[in-house]
Amino acid sequence: MVFTVHVDVQLRPGIADPQGSTIERSLPTLGFDGINGVRVGKSIRFEIDAADEGAARQEVDDLCRRFLTNPVIEDAVIELTEAGVTA
Amino acid sequence: MSRRVGVVLFPGSNCENDVIEAVRSLGGEGEILWHGDATVNGVDAVVVPGGFAHGDYLRPGAIARFSPVMDAVGAFAAAGGPVVGICNGFQVLTEAGLLPGALQKNRRLKFLCATAELRVESTDSVLTSATSVGQVLRVPINHFEGNYTCLPDTLAELRSEDRIVLRYVDNPNGSVDDIAGICNEGRNVVGLMPHPERAIDVMLGSADGVPLLRSLLDAAVPATR
Repeated sequence: MVFTVHVDVQLRPGIADPQGSTIERSLPTLGFDGINGVRVGKSIRFEIDAADEGAARQEVDDLCRRFLTNPVIEDAVIELTEAGVTA
Repeated sequence: MSRRVGVVLFPGSNCENDVIEAVRSLGGEGEILWHGDATVNGVDAVVVPGGFAHGDYLRPGAIARFSPVMDAVGAFAAAGGPVVGICNGFQVLTEAGLLPGALQKNRRLKFLCATAELRVESTDSVLTSATSVGQVLRVPINHFEGNYTCLPDTLAELRSEDRIVLRYVDNPNGSVDDIAGICNEGRNVVGLMPHPERAIDVMLGSADGVPLLRSLLDAAVPATR
């Protein structure tokens, strides 16, 4: 089975985000008021072929922990949807 | 017998020849270790140099840590061999788990290219043994992601075990506790953002990198492993 995966990589709470705070500081000068808590992350998309959803999720978890995120500073939210059955 | 320093070359490294030249100027031998070869070639010390290994894609050091040479560097470090990561090399060593913590984008999102003053905090490491505590060294920095970050527990451990070896006198990048360089528990693996290899002659602005690289050569004792 093929699954479409979206990994949303975010800095962990409490880790300073220089990009987010720079964007936030620039907002009032552009006329956007009342916006707080800007955080910048990464969005990674791919497809994975696996026996079932459990197996796919396990492999993506492992991939995130070992490569796609640095667990010292980042967390990942994983979205997994079935794309179809392989021919 | 001349001491052999292996300098790891990833695609995108760009300070390897500076390190080799600096090592030679101090009487050592420098040689390139290609990232795709799973060996450190029997050298007496390893330097992971600055640059943009594998383009710094995903995160600096994230792809480099999977290069075949890194297993050999890890084994060399585990056997007590001296390993120093400079700038991008520091980022690679944190990603590889040889040093704790991570390096984030600089506090003010500015690429920094300047001479920084570093204060020696510990002489008990392979990079600082020939210096003295409190000594201030002028060494260039050249980085965008040099803002050292770690979990509070890690920081407490680094402090209590005297593993913060260099601090910035005037913190340029937002690093926690002004950290410029740290070592591992065995004190044989050191990572730092500043470039000692670019400070080996007063003609280049500073010779304060010499006692640091001299320390590394002192630690690079042949045939002890």
